Amino acid sequence: MRYLPKSPADRAAMLQAIGIRSVDELFSPIPAKFRLTRDLAVPRQMAESEIVDWFKQRAKENGEGYTSFLGAGAYFHHRPVVIDALVQRGEFLTSYTPYQAEFAQGTLQAIFEFQTMISELTGMDLANASMYDGSTGAAEAVMMACRITGRHSAVVARSLHPEYREVLNTYATHQAIPVKTVSFTDSGQISLKELEEAVGEDTACVLMQSPNFFGTIEDVEAIAEIAHKRGALLIVSIAEAVSLGVVEPPRAADIVAMEAQSFGVPLGFGGPYCGVLATKEKFVRQMPGRLAGQTVDKNGKRGFVLTLATREQHIRREKATSNICTNQALVALMVNIFMTVYGKVGLRELAKQNLAKAVYAAGQFGKHAKVLFAGAPRFNEFVVQTSEDPYAINSRLLGHKIVGGLPLKKFYPELKNAALWCCTELTTRSVIDKAIDTAVGLVAESERSAPSMKETEEHEVAR
Amino acid sequence: MKTKPMTRKATRHISQNEGLIFEKSSPGKAAWKLPPLDVPEVDTAKLLGKQERKDLGYMPEVSEIEIIRHFTRLSTWNYAIDLGMFPLGSCTMKYNPRVNEFVARLEGLANGHPYQPEKISQGALQIMKTLSDCLLEITGMDAITLQPAAGAHGELTGMLLVRAYHQSKGNARKKILIPDSAHGTNPATAATVGYAVENLKSNERGMVDVAALAAQMTEDVAALMVTNPNTLGVFEQEIHKIAELMHAKGGLLYMDGANMNALVAKTRPGDFGVDVMHMNLHKTFSTPHGGGGPGSGPVAVKKILEPFLPTPVVITKPDGALGFEYNRPQSVGRVRAFYGNFGMFIRALAYIFANGPDGLRQTTEDAVLNANYIRKGLEGVYDLPYSTPSMHEVVFSDKIQATKGVKTVDLAKRLIDYGFHPYTMAFPLIVHGALMIEPTESEPKEELDLFIEAMKSIAEEVEEDPQFVLDSPHNARISRLDDTLAARKPVLRWKPENVG
Repeated sequence: MRYLPKSPADRAAMLQAIGIRSVDELFSPIPAKFRLTRDLAVPRQMAESEIVDWFKQRAKENGEGYTSFLGAGAYFHHRPVVIDALVQRGEFLTSYTPYQAEFAQGTLQAIFEFQTMISELTGMDLANASMYDGSTGAAEAVMMACRITGRHSAVVARSLHPEYREVLNTYATHQAIPVKTVSFTDSGQISLKELEEAVGEDTACVLMQSPNFFGTIEDVEAIAEIAHKRGALLIVSIAEAVSLGVVEPPRAADIVAMEAQSFGVPLGFGGPYCGVLATKEKFVRQMPGRLAGQTVDKNGKRGFVLTLATREQHIRREKATSNICTNQALVALMVNIFMTVYGKVGLRELAKQNLAKAVYAAGQFGKHAKVLFAGAPRFNEFVVQTSEDPYAINSRLLGHKIVGGLPLKKFYPELKNAALWCCTELTTRSVIDKAIDTAVGLVAESERSAPSMKETEEHEVAR
Repeated sequence: MKTKPMTRKATRHISQNEGLIFEKSSPGKAAWKLPPLDVPEVDTAKLLGKQERKDLGYMPEVSEIEIIRHFTRLSTWNYAIDLGMFPLGSCTMKYNPRVNEFVARLEGLANGHPYQPEKISQGALQIMKTLSDCLLEITGMDAITLQPAAGAHGELTGMLLVRAYHQSKGNARKKILIPDSAHGTNPATAATVGYAVENLKSNERGMVDVAALAAQMTEDVAALMVTNPNTLGVFEQEIHKIAELMHAKGGLLYMDGANMNALVAKTRPGDFGVDVMHMNLHKTFSTPHGGGGPGSGPVAVKKILEPFLPTPVVITKPDGALGFEYNRPQSVGRVRAFYGNFGMFIRALAYIFANGPDGLRQTTEDAVLNANYIRKGLEGVYDLPYSTPSMHEVVFSDKIQATKGVKTVDLAKRLIDYGFHPYTMAFPLIVHGALMIEPTESEPKEELDLFIEAMKSIAEEVEEDPQFVLDSPHNARISRLDDTLAARKPVLRWKPENVG
């Protein structure tokens, strides 16, 4: 086996040194009847070339060569090539959590820089070293708010990513945290009236997303006011990190629960991504996850360590702020490098391009179909309502190697034939034009032969 | 500094200094270039109004060569598996094959969107299905979810399943039993799903005390969370009796699979009575630790727990195509958006392919052989608190060296000077001053010999000059860092005023 660095002679010498005749003796603690005496039924040992071929085949069956208008919490942006060049350095790739600070200063300094940039971008005082992803980060933020306020219920915007809400429900159910949901208005923003009614004396926090799941930018200050007036905290989830280049960060929030995938992390069919929590200084001791802090060595030289570990499971066990252990360090490093590449000016220019593409596409769509939630500012996503079923439209687009917007019926049945479209700096004008031609240009024709129920069902299955 | 014999493993070498990236920033430098905009420019002020952001604060402005140098210099300050043995106990720091990285970056896989239609996701689904099948065969379990993002997240999922199962029987029960040797995530997880934690004392051989378990096991107990081999590297020889005891009172047996590297292809948890377990793909299945993640923590279960698995699950449809099944009324719900850390599934599967059944078996045998070779080499030099046979890791204590005032942490820091990453120190908690050593299968005999030589040499230094060891590391970039200062006055981000 090519990963194993021992010759038969090495093994024999080692057995002799230990004083045993066969390696089987080392497995004698396993009761004989549970020892496996057959080969595992897994594929036979493969050559590297075979492994590469197998995965190349799978890659071909996986949307290779398609252009996509999907966003909805996972965004296709250009990844500067320096990212993979740097994260594949063995000293980053094959190192461990930097508990031994003297031997891990590289990772620690990088985390410190990451925490700084996330704080700057989110408008918070500080940030942690990362969480699993945006969905679990948001759920952890709610539990953090419960610890801070001593209250035990949460109010959640229906315009928060539906899968984030599902994850929160899973976590909250067993923490006995009731969750109330607040709907959205015709502008796609949180209904402030409903929010006023929902937030009560037992509300630990309001959890919302901006830009929200529809791409609409929420009025964070107005929402913060409602939450704070009742003593609840405001948690803002950000799923499209690039928005921070041009959209004012949620400075009125108490906790920002961000998904940083947009910053240089591959789509990768949903993961690994990079969650991160940022908050106010006064809440740091209730924040879960690892934190790198600056200190000095015995000679007064600047260095970095993992700090405030008394919050964490390996010290506090069942009294820890969270059970989280492994986080997303290498993905956070991708995010870090991305933020460094674009920096102060580039991030803004990048965000502006995203905005411009979405404005153009929404404008073109608006000529043929209804673009919902027009009354509020948007970033790079928008919702298009068509007379035709979006699954049918998408089927047609697939024939042109285009993946259309995400049909919303599954998550928001009340929006009927609506789909969530996303444009980034990589979406070219010609693809936008072609997609619109294919999608809505043919509506009249397809309406003449309105799809039968059976066809619609097939499209559902195609999802 | 006194002259000490230099080690054969490492020597000093020049390492570049490097400040924080913010200290290199200067307006007008840039490492980015966008293509010309092919749609009309927009007036952001008009579009966004008061929501327009005008300033990005202290975000850096640097060029590409500076970025390459910055992160390359930082990288050289890290120790890594690629540099040598990384003997962290219970962390399974094995070789991370490069073909894994290569295939994970193939266009169709790296750029696959989680919401793209299933019709054009068959490649990703096939990878998930094949990995699931392999992991089920390896563990001897019946069903699996790949959704959890890490080991602790897998534990959380497992505990949710336990709770849902008991609830379906009408009573969620109150307690989880956890041996005192357990990893800290176990009690933290049990608490997260609303269970009380009851400690289970280990016996004098470092194993679960079956008699004590029998006494503590009541119908209030939902499950026992056991790590096998446990954190002493000891196989729970009465694991099947433990399972029987749990099952007799309607309880479940949860296995923390952190130490699966000792078992793969030699025995299967499903065969010895485990009901639910998680695996760490970043340990046993070679996906990189990456300085602390990403991990991946699939959870495998017996048939009785299958209805409760998180949604969605991968299914084969009547026409043979693969798809996601969302309609699962008894599911505990989602534990993560999308489908889990898919990139890690690719890597783990590539590892299984590269090994095959024979390679997986040889891997486990070599891992256990390596640990026992170290144990033999250091026995007598360091105190061995439990003489019970070791599997893939061995736990010594600092008892002998502590008489000279040198603790496990000091020995660990001195090991850095010898060019090795320290072992896991001060864990498990049942061993006072523990040195927990797991070499994995990836170490050649030469590297093990160097490690044994280094540890022996340190033991001699403790005899001759304990202060020298207490002052270590001597050859690292920096000396010991002040943890107390870091925690008392936390500086968690750069600001212009705290330069230098």
